[in-house]
Amino acid sequence: MPWDRNQMAARAAQELEDGWYVNLGIGIPTLVANYVGDKDITLQSENGMLGMGPFPYEGEEDPDLINAGKQTITELARTSYFDSATSFGMIRGGKIAAAILGAMEVAENGDLANWMIPGKLIKGMGGAMDLVAGVGKVIVVMDHTNKHGDSKVLKACTLPLTGKGVVDRIITNLGVLDVVDGGLKIVETAEGVSAEDLRAATAATIVD
Amino acid sequence: MKKVYGSAAEALDGLLHDGMLIAAGGFGLCGIPELLIDAVVESGVKDLTVASNNCGVDGFGLGKLLDTKQIKKMMSSYVGENAEFMRQYLSGELELEFNPQGTLAERMRAGGSGIPGFYTKTGVGTVIAEGKEVKNWAGEDYILEEGIFADLSIVKAWKADDTGNLVFRKTARNFNPPAAMCGKVCVVEVEEIVPRGSLDPDHIHLPGIYVHRIIQGEHEKRIEQRTTRKREDA
Repeated sequence: MPWDRNQMAARAAQELEDGWYVNLGIGIPTLVANYVGDKDITLQSENGMLGMGPFPYEGEEDPDLINAGKQTITELARTSYFDSATSFGMIRGGKIAAAILGAMEVAENGDLANWMIPGKLIKGMGGAMDLVAGVGKVIVVMDHTNKHGDSKVLKACTLPLTGKGVVDRIITNLGVLDVVDGGLKIVETAEGVSAEDLRAATAATIVD
Repeated sequence: MKKVYGSAAEALDGLLHDGMLIAAGGFGLCGIPELLIDAVVESGVKDLTVASNNCGVDGFGLGKLLDTKQIKKMMSSYVGENAEFMRQYLSGELELEFNPQGTLAERMRAGGSGIPGFYTKTGVGTVIAEGKEVKNWAGEDYILEEGIFADLSIVKAWKADDTGNLVFRKTARNFNPPAAMCGKVCVVEVEEIVPRGSLDPDHIHLPGIYVHRIIQGEHEKRIEQRTTRKREDA
């Protein structure tokens, strides 16, 4: 059985190390916060906060306290606030250990596309280009194929790039792949998914 | 010199002209200068270029300036929450210059700090790098980005004293300090103007040197995505 959204998030949480400052993207990456367990992880929200807490209880929403997805959130005892230039200073400066992001396409050379579909979707890159260029490790979490069943793990991206050669590890519903010299290396497969299944669902070059 | 004004319209008097560049603070609808935006709408000034991370939503925040077609060009990182924006952009009525969010913030900070350009890794190898100078340091490529020098900054803070020292609240700080820094003139709206000496000098987020005019007013503070969790049963 391929992993579901929560299993993918739980697998991604295993990548995080005690003491890390981490930025989680929108969608499945947001769920990773539920699976960090005992590890001391500080979540950054790039609109200007370290130490992001959970959603507020109903009636306790504060319009001055939102995450980068514009959702109401809460603060923790460790929380600090700062302006956007400082926030991206710590991102660009390599202080954030890892970013876990969704993607539309990832290529075998680590190219990432997750911000634009020409003629269709022109919302903007937000902070994604800064994150992939600046943080220590870029981990992509996404479904292995699109809704037509085509591989999202490609030899080369077809969509406009968010970053060139920036992805370190890809976690999909079928397994975990690392970007290495010459292509992608299978790190593990989801329970019941064979390496052959993973290869068959992947357009990118898989190396041993 | 008196910095406190009675209304947003008074505070903007003499500062607006067609074709100007305005830097606006805020992230989504959080920490946006609601009152000053309304006054810019009322003024009828047009052909504006606005540097702001987002462009409000339909009918609120900077979205109001879209409805009246006063904006010629936006410099933003994300404009996904606004149908009128898409309509004007796709029909060619509105120009859009996408900036990565951190690049936009740094361009404002740089402009306000007298730095006309800086190199960044953000956007290397993407459409953002097209036409920009590339420089290599220690084997890595960086692109040249330019500081933003705005004609006017409109920002929102929580509290100010009458000298313009500002304190922001939680994530409503966001783009407000860099936006405030990069304007020739900065007008700020606050929830409360407090007596001189009542703000701890060690806890000022933006010193009054960046602030020229101040107004106090009531804010709607609309929430864009209201997300909550259930209380666990005791």
